[in-house]
Amino acid sequence: MKEIPFAPYILLAIFALAVGTTVAGALIAAFSTRIIRGVSGLMISCIGLAGLYYFLNSPFLALMEILIYVGAVCITIVFGVMLSEPDEPAQQEKRSHAALWGGGAILACLIVFVALSRLSLAGPWTLANAPADAGSVRAIGISLLTTYSLPFELISLVLLVAILGALVIARSGRTKE
Amino acid sequence: MNLLLLHQRPDIYFVVAAFLLATGIYGLVRRRTLIGMLIAGELIFSAASLNIMAVNRFFAPDPAVGQILVLFIMGLAAAEVAIALSIIIAVYRNYRSIHSTDMSELKG
Repeated sequence: MKEIPFAPYILLAIFALAVGTTVAGALIAAFSTRIIRGVSGLMISCIGLAGLYYFLNSPFLALMEILIYVGAVCITIVFGVMLSEPDEPAQQEKRSHAALWGGGAILACLIVFVALSRLSLAGPWTLANAPADAGSVRAIGISLLTTYSLPFELISLVLLVAILGALVIARSGRTKE
Repeated sequence: MNLLLLHQRPDIYFVVAAFLLATGIYGLVRRRTLIGMLIAGELIFSAASLNIMAVNRFFAPDPAVGQILVLFIMGLAAAEVAIALSIIIAVYRNYRSIHSTDMSELKG
């Protein structure tokens, strides 16, 4: 097979795109005032996260991330936005008060981010040598049906109960009126 | 440190995960509606998943385990969103609002 010219640079560019998409989506999701933009930011962040999963040798989880998060979770949240009035209220608290709380929250999050980043950048990481074919879709399927068959069944039960519970809770409010 | 091999180093993934966690915490603190808080919670879920996946890729002896764990996290997140949204809709029917400051009374 012929080597693609500048392959490492293209790879680096795609990786930077995935990281940038994740970070930008998270920023949109946390800082936008309109809630529907926040949902879109979550979608963008999840697409970038799928790219990162692909770089982490698990294309199956990248597909699942797009399918479940973008396709199911975000769409469900959009339905929730449609059925209620979620926009942030106009500035009720005093301006100085808001600035104080906002500054405090940003400061706390910066502390969390900087501390965790320093921890992960300072640590001497010794890499393990995993066999080349481990973590393939075949291996995942085999362990889901053998070692992890009980959690697999339990999670299907949890999803079933969650759907039934969601129907019951959303319906009981309607019959009361 | 070779910039071209950046995607094969674990620490960059940990930094991105820490960033997702920080934005999630900020959203959880500052959002004043329930749906906004739910979105921030999903960001924290994503941070945990990315962290587990990075550890799984670089340090785990069997990389299938972490992927299955993240699959379970995704399933639980989906269930959590379904339940939380139905609760939010029920709250909206009763209060005509989903702002977190309005829900300040208990039924006794």
